[in-house]
Amino acid sequence: MEWASQLCENRGLGSKMTDSKYFTTTKKGEIFELKAELNSDKKEKKKEAVKKVIASMTVGKDVSALFPDVVNCMQTDNLELKKLVYLYLMNYAKSQPDMAIMAVNTFVKDCEDPNPLIRALAVRTMGCIRVDKITEYLCEPLRKCLKDEDPYVRKTAAVCVAKLHDINAQLVEDQGFLDTLKDLISDSNPMVVANAVAALSEIAESHPNSNLLDLNPQTINKLLTALNECTEWGQIFILDCLANYTPRDDRESQSICERVTPRLSHANSAVVLSAVKVLMKFMEMLPKDLDYYGTLLKKLAPPLVTLLSAEPELQYVALRNINLIVQKRPEILKHEMKVFFVKYNDPIYVKLEKLDIMIRLASQANIAQVLAELKEYATEVDVDFVRKAVRAIGRCAIKVEQSAERCVSTLLDLIQTKVNYVVQEAIVVIKDIFRKYPNKYESVIATLCENLDSLDEPEARAAMIWIVGEYAERIDNADELLESFLEGFHDESTQVQLQLLTAIVKLFLKKPTETQELVQQVLSLATQDSDNPDLRDRGYIYWRLLSTDPVAAKEVVLAEKPLISEETDLIEPTLLEELICHIGTLASVYHKPPSAFVEGSRGVQHRRIPPRAGSVESAESPDVGQSGSSEAPPAVIPSQGDLLGDLLNLDLAPPTSTVPSVQPSMQMGAMDLLGGGLDSLLGGDIGGSPSMGAGLGAAPTVMPAALGGAPAVGGGLGDLFDLGGGVGMPTGFYVVPKTMWLPAMKAKGLEISGTFARRGGIIQMDMSLTNKAMSVMTDFAIQFNRNSFGMAPAGPLQVLTPLSPNQTIDVSLPLSTNGPVMKMEPLNNLQVAVKNNIDVFYFSCQFPLSLLFVEDGKMERQVFLATWKDIPNDNEAQFQIKDVHLNSDAASNKLQGSNIFTIAKRTVEGQDMLYQSIKLTNSIWVLAEMRVQTGNPNYTLSIKCRAPEVCQFVYQCYEMVLKN
Amino acid sequence: MIHSLFLVNASGDIFLEKHWKSVVSRSVCDYFFEALERATEPENVPPVIPTPHHYLINVLRHRIYFVAVIQSEVPPLFVIEFLHRVVDTFQDYFGVCTEAAIKDNVVVVYELLEEMLDNGFPLATESNILKELIKPPTILRTVVNTITGSTNVGEQLPTGQLSVVPWRRTGVKYTNNEAYFDVVEEIDAIIDKSGSTITAEIQGVVDACVKLTGMPDLTLSFMNPRLLDDVSFHPCVRFKRWEAERILSFIPPDGNFRLLSYHVSSQNLVAIPVYVKHNISFREGSSQGRFELTLGPKQTMGKAVESVLVSSQLPRGVLNANLNASQGTYTFDPVTKLLSWDVGKINPQKLPSLKGSVSLQAGAFKPDENPTINIQFKIQQLAISGLKVNRLDMYGEKYKPFKGIKYMTKAGKFQVRT
Repeated sequence: MEWASQLCENRGLGSKMTDSKYFTTTKKGEIFELKAELNSDKKEKKKEAVKKVIASMTVGKDVSALFPDVVNCMQTDNLELKKLVYLYLMNYAKSQPDMAIMAVNTFVKDCEDPNPLIRALAVRTMGCIRVDKITEYLCEPLRKCLKDEDPYVRKTAAVCVAKLHDINAQLVEDQGFLDTLKDLISDSNPMVVANAVAALSEIAESHPNSNLLDLNPQTINKLLTALNECTEWGQIFILDCLANYTPRDDRESQSICERVTPRLSHANSAVVLSAVKVLMKFMEMLPKDLDYYGTLLKKLAPPLVTLLSAEPELQYVALRNINLIVQKRPEILKHEMKVFFVKYNDPIYVKLEKLDIMIRLASQANIAQVLAELKEYATEVDVDFVRKAVRAIGRCAIKVEQSAERCVSTLLDLIQTKVNYVVQEAIVVIKDIFRKYPNKYESVIATLCENLDSLDEPEARAAMIWIVGEYAERIDNADELLESFLEGFHDESTQVQLQLLTAIVKLFLKKPTETQELVQQVLSLATQDSDNPDLRDRGYIYWRLLSTDPVAAKEVVLAEKPLISEETDLIEPTLLEELICHIGTLASVYHKPPSAFVEGSRGVQHRRIPPRAGSVESAESPDVGQSGSSEAPPAVIPSQGDLLGDLLNLDLAPPTSTVPSVQPSMQMGAMDLLGGGLDSLLGGDIGGSPSMGAGLGAAPTVMPAALGGAPAVGGGLGDLFDLGGGVGMPTGFYVVPKTMWLPAMKAKGLEISGTFARRGGIIQMDMSLTNKAMSVMTDFAIQFNRNSFGMAPAGPLQVLTPLSPNQTIDVSLPLSTNGPVMKMEPLNNLQVAVKNNIDVFYFSCQFPLSLLFVEDGKMERQVFLATWKDIPNDNEAQFQIKDVHLNSDAASNKLQGSNIFTIAKRTVEGQDMLYQSIKLTNSIWVLAEMRVQTGNPNYTLSIKCRAPEVCQFVYQCYEMVLKN
Repeated sequence: MIHSLFLVNASGDIFLEKHWKSVVSRSVCDYFFEALERATEPENVPPVIPTPHHYLINVLRHRIYFVAVIQSEVPPLFVIEFLHRVVDTFQDYFGVCTEAAIKDNVVVVYELLEEMLDNGFPLATESNILKELIKPPTILRTVVNTITGSTNVGEQLPTGQLSVVPWRRTGVKYTNNEAYFDVVEEIDAIIDKSGSTITAEIQGVVDACVKLTGMPDLTLSFMNPRLLDDVSFHPCVRFKRWEAERILSFIPPDGNFRLLSYHVSSQNLVAIPVYVKHNISFREGSSQGRFELTLGPKQTMGKAVESVLVSSQLPRGVLNANLNASQGTYTFDPVTKLLSWDVGKINPQKLPSLKGSVSLQAGAFKPDENPTINIQFKIQQLAISGLKVNRLDMYGEKYKPFKGIKYMTKAGKFQVRT
């Protein structure tokens, strides 16, 4: 035994020089031993003990029991020991909050230390201790450190504000730290500026509507100055922040570009890519004929190419971004095709990306080179890569017409190799080539048919069947070929079955005499023996077509097909624009909108490239058209005819100004005229649609009650509702009848009833103020408490005349959604304070969520699909809407009036599925699927949203809209 | 920003974790392990992996995966660059970046990581500054510390941290003042079957080792600066001066650093220093194939091509190779099918060749793919792009430094298709 213990001792000695010795103790009283060592008098022993504790911590051992002993070591002059103790504290404070308080005093003391390193260390560590009790004590030292004379302390403190905000946002706001942080943007030290920007950006992410980074030319100038002097990481923060700025004109844009361009030569690739982002975005504003524009284009290519010689991980991110850049501005890299050629030992993820970009850059000039490369790749070992290379050849053929012939012959060469997956891929792409260039390459069909037996993938089989059906008249044994597929009909995948059905019907229409039996067979297989509704439906349609009107059948089945183009795989332009504004981020790596990433709805800010200067068409850019606040001339009133048109299809956004100022009298007159006309029209028992009123009400945004003293249109609306529901017309925004918000009893004689409405994109709060007291009321004003969606009055409460006893005034208050945000319970609760000459009164009311549904809430189909899949199923909520007596179209019309947009409709077995999208003012998207069974008054509604808490309220809106 | 970091070794164990914000459970790495399992090669793990609540960004260096966990939108390049900086720092501190080295120095590693990142924001990543804050471990220092009780951690705020030249510390003193520069160029090329160049480009770097007293201000000029139209500089280089005069003017960091890297792309004519004559053929129905390779120098400006190493991944159907090398030695691994031939120096009078036959699996089809040949080589005292340093001057200090420039050309990804 003796030699064994000796061996152990030697081992211990041998490893003495390294930290691994801290791992070797495994005896049972380990914690006890450490405790003794920690309380030792010898400094050195103490330090060694703390190191041991840290080492245990790193491997996941629980050493939290030593908390008091470790904290006792904190008061020391030895910086290393102090740092180690701090490391320990950060790890365990959360689990021992009461003990952590013991450390506070030392922290506070350290924040006063003459050594800036210690001051910074203390404030930094305090911010990392996520214990509420400690954060309270942190405020004072932090405030001091933010104004410290030493920039090192200030820059550390700036980051600490972000940490604190993460723990307790309210506290940070209340203490005014955000303002101090904003001041630091003007700090004399560039490192401090960079950290302040970084901290503010992080905080802003959780406050989408706040104007934390309020960028103006002065701050931009400060940032650009700091950009030249701060560290590489600081440069990234500053560049990313700059990218959010919209320059006033092309000159400012150019001067920013000029100052950012040197960053393209930075060694840090993240700096380079962030600079590329800024340039790509601001370049859009420069006139294309400007010399500088051309210079800038030339400057962008080399840094992008250089990124491709970096490590593969960097290459991957760069390639994903280059893919976007190439789609937006192909001219930048059009001469750089060769750098995207694949090396055989590139990682697969790099290979696939390079291939994609090669196709995007392919043009007549370089197609020969590209094809030669692709052919080379098609003989590589990696199956995925080979497949993609074969597909790429097909895409080249479709993209560059002159090369089609060469591509086809290359594909034929590849088919000759008889490598199974190559053949199958080739057939799939040849089908696409046939569709693009009909009646041109049929000579190859014979070769394709030779490989019929080797096809085992559904996609390839379906492609082959399509080819046979399409060219049935030229293939002598088409019927035999198709019949051979029919034998195993039920074992085929749906894709193949559908294709086979169509192909045989085509064949029958082309050669009716010989194939009657075959078509009978396939129709009965599809309609009688199949469980698949799609297949069955298609079978029935063909059957009926063929039996009732063969001529029509011919026209339908053999109709000219629209040509396909290479554009199909391009990213949709609005998404592309948004992604260009997010170059270098995760969104750009995944080619998905940023809103699809960030948890919940935080930080969703849609960014758009600013419109080019000097172009009058700027109003056409999608966002400006929507919000339309600045350029729509305020006095435009639609001509009579237009208005009627508006009334008929109730376009809820008549082109009026959103500025709630007093309208020119002309317009008022016109409105009155119309209003009067309508009133008299509806005065009868015709039962007009309430939406007419709503549509009208949308025109003037504020109708000061003082004018004419008559009840405002909005007020008249309430009455109209009682007349009964809509006739068959599409409806507008449904407005709940006014309810009592503030009884006179509680408000010294002031009675307020009201409701909310959304008219032409503007949220309005319609109120009736009644004076039930004995004296005149004047000096009305209104304020809202913070609320969940940041609603706030957009203007003052316009009560122009004093309110005499027993008088009622109707007021309409436009609301904005840019106010401060605080989550309320329930979510749609709004707390209001109304003041008059007598007192201030408080009440709370609840608004329908549909108030916040914006007009551009119609999602792209693809985006809808992707988003639906992307939202986890846990976020889905299901509701029943009972007793709705509407068919799906009427319901969809009605919902559209409230900005619930139906994107797609699918009918399956008598059940209509409506897919709908809603966008809230704070850019939360809500997706819904509504199932309507004919004859059943109960609808099923599934709602998906990244912020599931809104689902309940969305459902309430549905119910409200559909039932009224 | 960067939330946490996990280090994973080649066998898939997490051996170190560090959290800069709240603690993220280790289980988040399961998504990484899934991706690792799916990948055919260790290099093929996708760099960015999405999970329901986080994103994992990883780099593979020295057979260790550095997996960063992020929770909000962060530029991935920022994370990758930072991870590279971590690797460089470890290597700088411990000489090697291996699991053993990291475990041996776990406390220093923690101190470093804590110093490099604060709440996910990079704090100090310059090696010069870090070394002032945390002294690198050496055997001697460990012994001295144990005896005297002094520490590894600097007590003073690093001087460079906030100055206008954050990359240089003040008060540097050397008895021998010296400044050495290495111009190293790597050729990446793809050569097709017939020997013509498909693509060729040069990645060049100028690495410096500067040990100069005080605050020297250096200028470096080139004979032919027009070659450099695509450059990335160390932050110390004054960009304006370069734009205007094509002169590199800078106050250097202390010690080793990369002054600039540049890229000479295929548009310019890139000289190809070696050629390969090859004849690799398999006949249908025969179990033997022919294999012949001959190497020769080409456009080397009279310099010798050295340390030549040829490797090639032969098709899967190949059972064995029976070859004869005129110089050097060759090996063939029948499991991985990797043929490698260590040639050494190419003698232009007697070209090295490797000839013989390869045997195929009996009855197997003729292999579809053609093997690609990968070549490595070195050429001393030559920058293949023709880049030449004109002169190096020093201002701001009185003494006369030793100066030296070395050139070297290497093969990067140099591939010949057959």
